This record gives sequence, structure tokens and C-alpha cells, in this order.
Amino acid sequence: MREQKTPSSLAIWLGLADNSFTRQKTVKFGDESAVSSGRFYSILIVILLLSAWIITSVFGLIKPFYWPTIGGTGDRIIKLLSEGFRNVPLWEHVGISVYRVFAGVLSGALIGIPLGFSMGLSSVARGLFDPIVEFMRPIPPLALIPLIILWFGIDETAKIALLFLASLFIMTIAARSGVSSVRISKVHAAYSLGASKLQILRHVILPNALPEIFTGLRTSMGVCWGTVVAAELVAADKGVGSMIMIAKNFLQTDTVVIGIIIIGVIGYIIEMFMRFLERVFIPWKGKG
Amino acid sequence: MTGIIIDKISMVFTLPDGGDVHALNKVSLNIEPGQIVSVLGPSGCGKTTLLNILAGFLSPTDGEVRHNNQTVTGPGAERGMVFQQGALFEWLTVNDNIQFGPKMAGKPKAESVAKCEELLNIVGLAGFGEKPVYQLSGGMQQRVALARCLANDPDVILMDEPLGALDALTREKMQGLILKLWKETGKTIILITHSVEEALFLGERLIVMAPRPGRIVEDFSLPFPRQALTTNARDVKASPEFVAKREEVLSMIWEMEEEIMGGGIEVRGLSDA
Repeated sequence: MREQKTPSSLAIWLGLADNSFTRQKTVKFGDESAVSSGRFYSILIVILLLSAWIITSVFGLIKPFYWPTIGGTGDRIIKLLSEGFRNVPLWEHVGISVYRVFAGVLSGALIGIPLGFSMGLSSVARGLFDPIVEFMRPIPPLALIPLIILWFGIDETAKIALLFLASLFIMTIAARSGVSSVRISKVHAAYSLGASKLQILRHVILPNALPEIFTGLRTSMGVCWGTVVAAELVAADKGVGSMIMIAKNFLQTDTVVIGIIIIGVIGYIIEMFMRFLERVFIPWKGKG
Repeated sequence: MTGIIIDKISMVFTLPDGGDVHALNKVSLNIEPGQIVSVLGPSGCGKTTLLNILAGFLSPTDGEVRHNNQTVTGPGAERGMVFQQGALFEWLTVNDNIQFGPKMAGKPKAESVAKCEELLNIVGLAGFGEKPVYQLSGGMQQRVALARCLANDPDVILMDEPLGALDALTREKMQGLILKLWKETGKTIILITHSVEEALFLGERLIVMAPRPGRIVEDFSLPFPRQALTTNARDVKASPEFVAKREEVLSMIWEMEEEIMGGGIEVRGLSDA
């Protein structure tokens, strides 16, 4: 028998040694599951980047105009948390952006889901709405900002209207593909069990479309989060996007960087939240 | 007259290039209440089309199907259907799948719960009621499908290759279950299968179909299902009588397949059918 030294579990966790399954494989290149997490290198790169930031800050190698020092950024975070930004508390800037995203996504879903269902179920609805949906789909929501400003001005309605449009077509397409993904045998089975058309819609098509609707909601959340920040860059006095835009005008690079980090973190939290909801509400996803 | 009467039904599909496919050509068949009938034939013989017409999912180009003197025009709860796989509602538990029909019909909850409990015992799934169906094995899922169909108390049960996706051992067990259900409920069962052995074992009547155009070429009366109710299933399948019939039907199907493949082998006994 060949000698086999068992690597420590720490080495496996760090991705420096193969786990017991991968060790037995002779074919590793091309087998995705044989590629370890490489955690050691992840930790390494984060430490390297942080060290670089600390070193450049301590020795003043980069002008704070281009990139803030680590100490200055820390001070700024404390100041933002205690005083807010331009007399508006930090949480309000974040809160209003999140509120806009949720309002836009929910209103888009409220209209988009029935629209998508009708397009999946009736040829009249499909014929009527298909040209509109297909035309609007490739247009980036940001291209609509000028028109939205002309129609609604720059108040809250305008921003939510923009986000509504951004999510509407995503939700319509998601709901429609949810309907078309229903296996015909399930519909047949339900009819053979005596279900009416309305019951089929409620008890077969709707639950069957939920996974796709959820994927649509997740995509909408992502797109709307990106759109809200951009929309606030253009015209707003509150919100994370406006915060970094105004900070730029005052050459407050540290606030800009903090704003960008906040945007990233919130985007990540939204994605995790949606995945959590998905696990709770549609555990059957992909198991039909 | 009760039961199912298939009255000279034809089914013609028109292809995009203008050609016609005669999936069924003037097929007639009377099925008495309480019969268990298996339908066998090479692929393309129209057996699935026939079942879909019986279920009411397709309407024939010509002729009609009558069930208890009523012309079949669409699906209905009196004709239950068991599909090959994937027709369970994966968002519901085993219990909710089984109670689906009674719930749609607005039956009292207590009644359907009791019925569901009873059916779980019959199909051997007692204690699995609260499980989501996607956690069950293929064989268990088909048990749920059978129970769901029975919970609705249909007059006729149509089965479209119900055991086709199962492994050989599970399949044998499930054949026994189908016979047991047939005996205990006295339902009319029409079952489509690809397996000659299964068709012989589960059909007191075996209908053999041939393709181009889809038609019935043989209608055997068989003793095997009733034998299996009292004797061991393996003994029935190993009996000389069963083996001889199996070889006879198998060679018939083989010849049809060869003809389809262009093997050029002469087919006996089909022209006068």
C-alpha cells in the first residue's frame, strides 16, 4: 500500500491541501469540484491590501485628494455617524435609498407579475404587451432619467417611477417565464383531479412560478439598487448616491470612499436577504 | 351501456411541411367497468395519443369516446390519471398532494384527512404524510401519485407508463401494488407500458397496437393478473404459460420495430388486423 500522509484539517480549511475526496481523484484539471476554496490566498490578499493602505497612510505616499488615509477615514466614519452628512443623519441617507429601492421593486412586482401571467396565459395579452416589453427590455433604466425628470420633476415620485420602470419589465418577464415553465403534466394532473381554471391558476401555476418570480425579485433588487444610486447622483439631496456626489463637490474623498463601501455592503445584504427569503419560502426550488 | 366505449376514433396531425401523420386510424374498443387493461406497442403506435384522448386532453379528429354514455369532451375528475413522473406538486406535502382533488371539490376537511390517512396505509406510506414530496424516492412518489388519484375516487384510472422511470426491483413491487389496488377498489384501470412482461402481468386484457397508422392489432384475454392475486408474482411470471405468451408478444413487437427501422422483415398477421 502506498504511504498517504493525512493533511491537517487546518490545511484543508485553508485550501492548501486537498480534502479526502479530491485526494483520490487523478483528474483534477477541468473538474471544478476539485478546485479548493483557496482560503489562504483570500486571507493573504485582504491582509496585503490593508497593509498597503496602512503603509501609504503612515508614510503619506498618496495625496488624500486621490485616496484617503486610513486614520482620516476612521475619523470621518465617526463624524458621519455622530453628526450625519449635511445635517442629515447617515442612517437617513441609507434608509431613503433602501426605501426607494423597495418601493420601486414592490410596485414593479405588483404590476409586472399579473402582466407576465396574462402574457403567459392569453394570446391577446401576449400580442398586446409583447412589443412593449421587448422594446423596453434592452433600454437601461438610466436612459429614462431625462424623460422621467421632464414628466415628474425631481421629487420622490420621479425616483420611484424610474425604479418602478426598472423592475416592471424584469418582473413581467420573470412571471411570464414562470408560467411557461409549468410542466404540462402538472396542469393535466390538476384538471384530471377536477380543478377549475381559477384553481389551476391559484394552486398550480402560481406556486410553480414562484421560483422564477423570486429570481426576478432578486435581479430587480440588484438593478434597482444600481439605478437608485445613479439616479441620486443626478438629482437628489438625500440618499447614498447624492451623499457621495455632494462629497465629491467638496473634495471629501474619504466620504466618497465610505459611501462606495456602504453601497457595496447594502447591496450584499439585500442579496443575502433575498436568498434567505428564497430558502424559507420556496424550499422546493429546482426539485420538481 | 356503462364503461368506456371508444368509437372509431382517428387522430390526424398535420406536419409543418404539409404531410399528415395518422396517429390513430379508426380505433374502436369497449372497456367494461372493473377491467384492468394494458396497452402495448412500439413507439409511434399512438398509445399515448389514445390515452390522452381518453383523459380528454386531446379531442380526436374523428369518432368519439363515451364514458358511462357521456361523450368525453375534456378532462374530468371521473377519469383519474397517473403520469410517468414529475406530475406531483412539489410545493405541497404528501398529505396536501393526496388531498388536492377533494380540496378543489370543496369536500369537508375532516373527511379528506381520514381518506388520506387510509390511502397512505394502503400504498405503504404511513407516517410520510408531512414530508415534502421532493424528499421521496421515485417509487414513493409514484405511490403518492396513485394515492392522489384514488383520493378523488375516479371511475377510471388511466396510467401513462406509471412505472417507466423506476428501477427494476421497485417496478416489480409497484406492479403488485397496482394489482392490489385494482382488487381492493374494483376500479377500471387502463395502463400504457413499454414492458411486455408488465403488460402481460397487469392486463386481464392486453391490447397490442401497431404504428403507421396507429391501430389495434391484437386483443388478448389473459389470466395472469387474477393468478397473481392468489399466487406469488414471480411464480406467475416464471410459469410456462406466461413465458410462452411473453415470447409471442415480444416477437410481434420486435417485428413491428424492425419494420419501422426499415429492416425489411416481413410482418405476419398485421395486414388482416
